[in-house]
Amino acid sequence: MATLTAESYNTGFLPTWCPGCGDFGIWKSLQGAFAKLGIGPDDGFIVYGIGCHGNMYDWMKMYGFAGLHGRALPVAQGAKLANHSLPVVVVSGDGDCLGEGGNHFMHAAKRNPDITVVIHDNQVYGLTTGQASPTAKPGFKTKSTPEGSTDAPVNPLALALVSGATFVARGFAGDLPGLTSLMAEAMNHKGFAVLDVMQPCVTFDKVHTYQWYRQRLYRLADSGYTPDNKLKALEKAMEWGDKIPLGVFYKEDKPTSEALEPALSGEPLNRLPLEVAHWDKLLNEFV
Amino acid sequence: MRDSVTWKIGGEAGFGIMSAGTVLARTFTRAGYHIFAVNDYPSLIRGGHNIVTVRMSSLPFNGINKDLNILVALNAETVEFHKNELSPDALVLFDPKDKEWVASDFPVGVRLIPIPLRDIISELHADGVMRNTVVLGATVALLGAPFEALFSVIRDQFAHKGEEVVAQNEKIARAGFDFIAKNFSTEVSMHLSPGTVTEKQLVVNGSEALGLGAVRAGLKFAAIYPMTPINAIISFLADHAKEFGVVYKQPEDEIAGINMAIGASIAGVRSMVATSGGGFALMVEGLSLAGMVEAPLVIDLGMRVGPATGMPTYTEQGELLFAIHAGHGEFARIVLAPADAEEAYSLTIDAFHLADKYQIPVFVLTDKYLNESQWCMKLSTLQKPVTLDRGKIITDDTGKPDGEFLRYDASPEDGVSVRSVPGVKHGQYYANSYEHDGLGHVTDNAVKRAEMVAKRLRKIKAIQSGIMPPQRDGDEQPEITFVTWGTTKGAVLSAAQILRAKGKKVVVVSYPWVFPFPVEETKTLLSSSSRVIDVEQNATGQLAYLIRAETGIDIQEKFLKSDGRPWLPEEIVDRIK
Repeated sequence: MATLTAESYNTGFLPTWCPGCGDFGIWKSLQGAFAKLGIGPDDGFIVYGIGCHGNMYDWMKMYGFAGLHGRALPVAQGAKLANHSLPVVVVSGDGDCLGEGGNHFMHAAKRNPDITVVIHDNQVYGLTTGQASPTAKPGFKTKSTPEGSTDAPVNPLALALVSGATFVARGFAGDLPGLTSLMAEAMNHKGFAVLDVMQPCVTFDKVHTYQWYRQRLYRLADSGYTPDNKLKALEKAMEWGDKIPLGVFYKEDKPTSEALEPALSGEPLNRLPLEVAHWDKLLNEFV
Repeated sequence: MRDSVTWKIGGEAGFGIMSAGTVLARTFTRAGYHIFAVNDYPSLIRGGHNIVTVRMSSLPFNGINKDLNILVALNAETVEFHKNELSPDALVLFDPKDKEWVASDFPVGVRLIPIPLRDIISELHADGVMRNTVVLGATVALLGAPFEALFSVIRDQFAHKGEEVVAQNEKIARAGFDFIAKNFSTEVSMHLSPGTVTEKQLVVNGSEALGLGAVRAGLKFAAIYPMTPINAIISFLADHAKEFGVVYKQPEDEIAGINMAIGASIAGVRSMVATSGGGFALMVEGLSLAGMVEAPLVIDLGMRVGPATGMPTYTEQGELLFAIHAGHGEFARIVLAPADAEEAYSLTIDAFHLADKYQIPVFVLTDKYLNESQWCMKLSTLQKPVTLDRGKIITDDTGKPDGEFLRYDASPEDGVSVRSVPGVKHGQYYANSYEHDGLGHVTDNAVKRAEMVAKRLRKIKAIQSGIMPPQRDGDEQPEITFVTWGTTKGAVLSAAQILRAKGKKVVVVSYPWVFPFPVEETKTLLSSSSRVIDVEQNATGQLAYLIRAETGIDIQEKFLKSDGRPWLPEEIVDRIK
């Protein structure tokens, strides 16, 4: 097999994202991470939500499922249970994953399936031309909040932590090498990995620009932080202002949802025969 | 000696009412009888009034009728609630400590069997809940069956709890049996004529029959949020998950449930969901998704009384049109409607086959009466071989160069294109909720859109060529043609028997396959009778509506009922003028 590079995953379709969109950085990092891990276009499965992020499948050569708004995580979990040897990644957005799909996010985290979810977090609904998303900060002016958002924002990292995610990290779409290695680390993690990616919306958000982020982001690893304590991680997840932490907040080894499933101790379900082995024994339970 | 006895036990929830019904049903199937058991209970865990009705017969029959031959009252309310239902020569079993009933409390002919249930229990140092076991012993004696028939079931039921528990239950059941033998030895009016079934039978509720069908068909994944009346499917699958290599996952809601099942289906396994009306309302968005990405999927929609939360533990056929019309956009689907456990089993196997063959969602439309009632089935019926065919699917290597595997190839005449599964070499594609081209890439091109719509809807034509025709049961040149579907069929068949005994020529037309609708067969069947009567358990006549929409035949006479209680054959007969 030819060596995998980021280009191995191009489809020939040109992205329809706005020039300068943070989605480009996430897309390229994802390609790089798959190449780094040797997962080719036929080997993995990406489930996309609905939103600007979700349009990625058209230019991302890999088995894909472009589902319904908010419902990417259940589809991914069903696929993972049907074939637990299949690498499964969810590409979602802040509205998709934390608004419409908030309940699914919480429950996926508590089950700990071996799935990586990449959240394109830009505080706005870009595809519907700029309304506030669940992560919009108070005072943030959008088409749906002309006087500034009044709701408290969802904190994806804190929510992931208290819900039971076993890998919780923040990335930045403007840092290709850093994001690529963070994604590879998230995918390598055995368990539910949440990667919240700061992604400037160049069209509908004139506040949270690349520049804005660059002035505030700092690497957790550089500050001597170790991602091994949930309470410490929660405290770090609350840090937002002049300084915004980047990197892995928390990591824990814990059995995955699939590892705890009695029927999945051997071959994946999709390779098992359809015929029932002990049919007569089963029938006699009801005699 | 009589051919059929209907027995009813009532008491508060928590009195072991349901399990008593199961034990009795199993006792008599083992003794060669046909049985049927139906429950009636409010949506409570403790308290409230619970009843189970078990009919045992040496001859085949369809569901319950108006007879009530033996009433077992574990509290005074049971007598008060049901004494007006008693057949003229019925027996009433009760504990005088609940109330000292006397013959004058009942119509002439009813005979009282007072049993000191509490005294017997306390003499044997047993728990009060075991009064149900005393009355089972007494019932077996009154029906003229040997104690061993009951004991064999008790032994199997408690074997896993050890010999001591088995012995204690035997002692308690025998106390009830001996009490009758000693004090009511001349009471032989309810003795049953010998059982006629010579082969082994199963006792299953409709949910278990459906679960057996699913497992037999190769089900590998189910995501089912708990909801009455389909909870027994969850227990059945969860209990056997390891043994059969099945994953049952409890989702956070029905929306997650159907999306998980679609994900599993796309990843290559046979998958299903089950729910009732309210849960299905949440699934509707996902149903449309299954239609668009052409994911095979089986849905058990177990109807109960609606709208909204309705009467959750009661039965209705109110969602036929909902199942047919649910979902935004237009796509193909099949709706099957079993009338009994045997059909629930066989139609579920068919449902998985059809879902794979046409890559569409297929409904098994059941109801509380089917899902939770207990039915007998011959073991040999379930031992018949089944054909398992996954349809057009590639699980190895498509052999196509990269980017050339057209999962949604629009050219096949039946609209069904070959699918691959994530992980299959050279099979990469996108399952896309957006309108898409052959590979699954998004498109809003007018020509391609029209092509894809036509592709998906051509499946309907292909399906129509293989529709299971309506069932016709009855006489030539009928005076009355009954039209019905689902579980109402049982009561209608019994009503037809009663009418035939009165000299009427009657036909029953029923629909195990409701949609796509068998148009031509229906036209032929309904044209042979001057009087056509639609019988359904809903308020608006949904089958009649469908028949009119599909055939133009406007059925004038409708027998409809929406009180949450299943039709009894006598109620149908009474309405025939």
